[in-house]
Amino acid sequence: MYYLWVFLIGGLICAIGELLIIKTNITSARILVTFVLVGVLLEAFGIFDPIAEFAKAGINVPIVGFGASLAKGAIGAVKSRGLIGAFTGGLEATAAGIAAAVGFAFLFGLIFHSRTKK
Amino acid sequence: MDEKKRNEAYNRYVKAKIPKTRPWPSLFNSFWIGGLICCLGQGINDLILLWFPNMAEQTAWAYTLIVLIFLASFLTGIGVYDRIGKFAGGGTIVPITGFSNSITSPALEFKHEGIIYGLCVKMFTIAGPVIVVGIISSILVGLVYLFI
Repeated sequence: MYYLWVFLIGGLICAIGELLIIKTNITSARILVTFVLVGVLLEAFGIFDPIAEFAKAGINVPIVGFGASLAKGAIGAVKSRGLIGAFTGGLEATAAGIAAAVGFAFLFGLIFHSRTKK
Repeated sequence: MDEKKRNEAYNRYVKAKIPKTRPWPSLFNSFWIGGLICCLGQGINDLILLWFPNMAEQTAWAYTLIVLIFLASFLTGIGVYDRIGKFAGGGTIVPITGFSNSITSPALEFKHEGIIYGLCVKMFTIAGPVIVVGIISSILVGLVYLFI
């Protein structure tokens, strides 16, 4: 039954994003930046994990989860390796996502042609 | 002075031309499409853990995100994702699939300017600031945790 929580929390986060777009006309880049920052802050203050406990993908799939794993990686690496962890931890934790996004974008960028602007 | 007047007129023109979205339907669409994408992610994650029960939770999440990113990138390539996006707004921007879309979409659009200066450079027009802000804030959080 946890799919209900996933749906509700995930939907709520997306609706907040849409509300920001409607109210302030901000661009999608700013939306993404804002939500990544929110994720970093939630993780830094230890609020993210209690929410993720029941919201699961509802908060991990929105870009908030990307921010949280950046912060989580940095915090974990600092604890185990000291100063260098602050620089390596964030990217290490999100490397899979960034590499996949860039890799697939390059691949499909080569294969397909733009259809939205003809 | 003349310039100021012209700018004002231009701003009025822009305001009149911005497509009006009715707030309630678009909020509702964002809500259920966004929720559905999250449920899809949860489904993929559950399947991965079902097939590979010994996998660490974090690794399973990484695979889940890779699958979602793959799907979004592919759907952007065949032009479907942007069509859903027109309908769902925030519902398709906020999930990680929106991040993937924001990289693939300009890559496709600027391919005609060349592989390096078009595709590779323009890939990061939206994702660039996201990654920059993300990295800087993660360094700061790491430094703070180093001293507490």
